[in-house]
Amino acid sequence: MASDDELWLDAQAGPVVRPYALTQGRTRHSGAAFDLVSTVTATSARVADPAALAPEHVSVLQLARRPTTVVDIASDVDLPLGVVRILLGDLRELGLVAIRAPVPVKARHVDKNTLREVLHGLRGL
Amino acid sequence: MAYGGSDFGGGVTTSRGHRAIKILLAGGFGVGKTTLVGAVSEIRPLRTEEPLTENSRRVDNTAGIERKTTTTVAMDFGRITLRDDLVLYLFGTPGQERFWFMWDELAIGALGAVVLADTRRLADCFPAIDYFERREIPFIVALNRFDGARRYSNEDVRAALDLEPGLPIVSCDARNRESAKEVLIALVEHVLAQADADEPALPLGTCHGNGRLPGGAGRCRGAPSGAVARQALCFRTAQTALPWPSMGDQPQT
Repeated sequence: MASDDELWLDAQAGPVVRPYALTQGRTRHSGAAFDLVSTVTATSARVADPAALAPEHVSVLQLARRPTTVVDIASDVDLPLGVVRILLGDLRELGLVAIRAPVPVKARHVDKNTLREVLHGLRGL
Repeated sequence: MAYGGSDFGGGVTTSRGHRAIKILLAGGFGVGKTTLVGAVSEIRPLRTEEPLTENSRRVDNTAGIERKTTTTVAMDFGRITLRDDLVLYLFGTPGQERFWFMWDELAIGALGAVVLADTRRLADCFPAIDYFERREIPFIVALNRFDGARRYSNEDVRAALDLEPGLPIVSCDARNRESAKEVLIALVEHVLAQADADEPALPLGTCHGNGRLPGGAGRCRGAPSGAVARQALCFRTAQTALPWPSMGDQPQT
């Protein structure tokens, strides 16, 4: 018999909790909108009330120790994008992450210097 | 999925100077978007709230796609680290019509788009071309060379798709890394050239061709049938602001 504290659920078992249960049923995140490739960085703020965070919040926070993007986080934690957005909105509200919104595109284009850098980078692949 | 805000850009700068650039890959179901993303980038799984259901498998049109064994659930997402501080993200826009609501989110602030086309099913890419034209998102057309598919000249394709003369059309093998890379380079070169040209005005109401490939469907007046007809029939009249009128709303003069 397995002991009480033995983990008997693993990745193969599939999700135990419906994704939006993690968000208390919320389908929109709080605060200003952010793009799929907005950069997320953990701030140096300390977690005031660890009990307020779900394990998924903590996972997201750990991933953001180095600058990463919304989609990279969603991929890494293997949660639906919409859920990750809500978790990020929570963390931002608590001051634990900074979400850097993309800069406006000038005259509908990414600025030319960046374009040239992308071109150079692609040619060097 | 939809969210507010309108001033997103393709270049994201963090305090450390990290930038993330979005490029879109659009085209019909099974045209090779996932293949191309996988050929040139580190492909990463991304879950959205729209899983492919049994129901949608019946709806997805796979006629004429003999080798299609996998499907795009909602979006593909590839990552190319060009430099430590410069990362390219490739998003395959979902081919199926029921996912079009996601396009706006993907398109906002993108560097540009590649419309991947299969000459056997050219009509499948009409909605994507119309979409990018209407929103003035720079794009190129890449013809994925499928084994056994008849080859057409770029000019035949340009006429069939009613594309403006300067719009690049490239041929590619979506499975090949170098070929996929060349497609992305062609897009960035095009965007750069457009930025240099400082947006000259396009003539209004022009229809550049007869809208048909030899023996095939075309965009313009050669009307494809079915659900894409409304979008496909919106041949270019002007780079106007949205909302775009349907064909029935347009004066037929």
